[in-house]
Amino acid sequence: MKILVGVKRVVDYAVKVRVGSNGVELKNVKMSLNPFCEIAVEEAVRLKENKDASVSEIVALSIGPKQCQETLRTALAMGCDRGIHVQTDLRGDYMELQSDAVAKLFQKIIEEKEKDTDLVLVGKQSIDSDCGHVGPMLAGYMSWPQATFAAKIDLEGNGLLVERETDQGTETVRIPKLPAVISCDLRLNEPRYATLPNIMKAKKKKIDTFQAEDFGIDLEPKNKVLEVFEPPARKEGIFVDDVNQLIDKLRNEAAVIP
Amino acid sequence: MYSCPFPTNRFTSTSCAIINIVRRRLASTSLRSPTAKDFQELSKRIEKVITTDNSQTLLKYNSDWTGHYQGRSRVVCQPKSTEEVASILKYCNEEKIGVVPQAGNTGVVGGSVPIHDEVILSLERLDGIFSFDDENGILTCGSGCVLQNLQDKVAAWGHLMPIDLGAKGSCQIGGNVSTNAGGQYYYRFGSIHANIIGMEVVLPDGSILDLMSKIQKDNTGYDLKHLFVGAEGTLGVITKVAIRCPRLPAARNVAFLGCESFDMVRKTLICAKEELGEILAAFEFMDEQILDHVGNKKKIPMKRVDRNYQFCILVETQGSNGEHDLAKLESFLEKSLTSGNIVDGIVAQDMKQVNEMWEIRESCNPIIREIGYNYKYDVSLSLSDYYDIAEEMRKRLATKPEAIVVNWGHVIDGNLHLNIVTPGVFSVDEQVKELIEPFIFESVVRRGGSISAEHGLGQCKNNYLGKYAKTEDAVKVMKSLKKIFDPNGIMNPGKFLPSDE
Repeated sequence: MKILVGVKRVVDYAVKVRVGSNGVELKNVKMSLNPFCEIAVEEAVRLKENKDASVSEIVALSIGPKQCQETLRTALAMGCDRGIHVQTDLRGDYMELQSDAVAKLFQKIIEEKEKDTDLVLVGKQSIDSDCGHVGPMLAGYMSWPQATFAAKIDLEGNGLLVERETDQGTETVRIPKLPAVISCDLRLNEPRYATLPNIMKAKKKKIDTFQAEDFGIDLEPKNKVLEVFEPPARKEGIFVDDVNQLIDKLRNEAAVIP
Repeated sequence: MYSCPFPTNRFTSTSCAIINIVRRRLASTSLRSPTAKDFQELSKRIEKVITTDNSQTLLKYNSDWTGHYQGRSRVVCQPKSTEEVASILKYCNEEKIGVVPQAGNTGVVGGSVPIHDEVILSLERLDGIFSFDDENGILTCGSGCVLQNLQDKVAAWGHLMPIDLGAKGSCQIGGNVSTNAGGQYYYRFGSIHANIIGMEVVLPDGSILDLMSKIQKDNTGYDLKHLFVGAEGTLGVITKVAIRCPRLPAARNVAFLGCESFDMVRKTLICAKEELGEILAAFEFMDEQILDHVGNKKKIPMKRVDRNYQFCILVETQGSNGEHDLAKLESFLEKSLTSGNIVDGIVAQDMKQVNEMWEIRESCNPIIREIGYNYKYDVSLSLSDYYDIAEEMRKRLATKPEAIVVNWGHVIDGNLHLNIVTPGVFSVDEQVKELIEPFIFESVVRRGGSISAEHGLGQCKNNYLGKYAKTEDAVKVMKSLKKIFDPNGIMNPGKFLPSDE
């Protein structure tokens, strides 16, 4: 089985972003591997460590500026074998490069460079654009089966059994035959730390770079961003002195009790 | 769990006779116990005074963090302004009533809780943030501001507080300044002495000493504010501080490394100073014994790699350029790995992992507290002697296998937190204590180290000041200074300086 994993470089989840005149300020802000992509990488590596899965190779794919090489190095340090960097300076946080173009780039990479891909693992969504589109769109373009929000992936014959997170509970989906696309959710696994020896080894692993414009895809955004603004500041809470004051506030201010 | 609140240095017996003698001795100073009338007078002068005969309410103010010290105060004053602080001190000074200033009450030497029934003066309501000069990075705020709140606030303004410690969620800046708190960034940003720009202090007689400033360099006269830094509340009450904050770094990296011997830890430290240079921000260590315990409660990343190391190092870099910093970090790690100084390590890939790694280091203290009675020591030594003390202690306690020696600390500053704990046993074992003290202090002094690197003296180590820390002459000068500021001895009586015998 050959696995392709999508890894996106996003603003670190712990950063408190600020909104400037052109959307979220990205200058000098700490960037990291998207947490859900990290889970996807971890799952790919675990599949490779599972003899029964017979994974021949894990290829990590990242689309973005030259710093995506760092993101790819993290994926390689966690256990991916090779990296592909599709270079573009277009902003990937929905401002310039959007889901449809990304899904089509994934398609091009699979069809032109990694024809024998059996499984695509992506994060369920990125924490900058929060779209969650690329997995389903790619499956649509490739006409491949898909399972999104995977919380558990098991091998079953020639296919996979996937438990999906839904609002009503867990749904189990059978993918009878590969290739397929799976998007990964929080509960799927806990990603490993990149250990030093692996970080050193990762420096020697191959990363191929291609230019996004060379694939003949229209990279223009399909949706126009009208405005980006911060949510209204949360009002500060207050301390109440006693129970009577609490009841008074609940009744007369918050109006949540009669 | 009530334990003897009096310094038990050379007095190893906790028999009632001794307690009564010491109690009477303290009582024979010129101070008296506050009465209900005093509570009334205090309530007239300031808005919020907690008095209650139900000691449950006052329990948290009377008990220290380690659980070793318990005061019996029946009143907590909560001033909300400098004037209210002045009014309390003026009254107590005239009436000769002892006062214990209390900030976050996170100290570990019993310095922030009463020995008897002294009035507790809580700084918690002095929590205003007055100004932030973001060009010069100077923050002015009330002494009751919680450190973590200040960190969050200045972070929003692109800066850092110059100190960081495990207690940040509860400790207050006034307490940090009064104890000259160290913490994990001491190497990088310097001590509080280096970062204090100004302060406002209320002296024991109620007069207000305005030492506030907006500027860094000022060689005009004796720099009085430095007397109050680390004075542990014995010279006055700090009500406001002006503190210098460094800029938030653009890049922050943390690595968790494993070494097989302390010699390797030392070599790694030298390599870090050479390869990381100006971006080196913190370098902490933990030994196998503490990691075993922390590992029971928290996931230790490298333990997943199925190897145990005798020592773990946490190294942090802070710099203005992520790419440059990563290059330096990689060079340091590669050199350390290939030379065999470190045998394994992990590098945090995002802020979540950075915080996880720090959590491991910061949980050493709280976790060991939950396990059993802690005999806590905080010493400063040169690196060649650093871990020898721990090994010496283990040999000494060989006859008491139920007492285990666990170590962690700011190795980059030569600061070792040596803790001995009796798992499952939560009361002091006098035989264990006798084996430890004064042996450990003599060991440290013989090696030219300090018996209290950053924790201070409080009521735990004050009586060792003359014998194991400073010369008789130095202590004489200190006592003279105390007399100048606090002739009636109302400020934190029985602490910091040796109690009169």
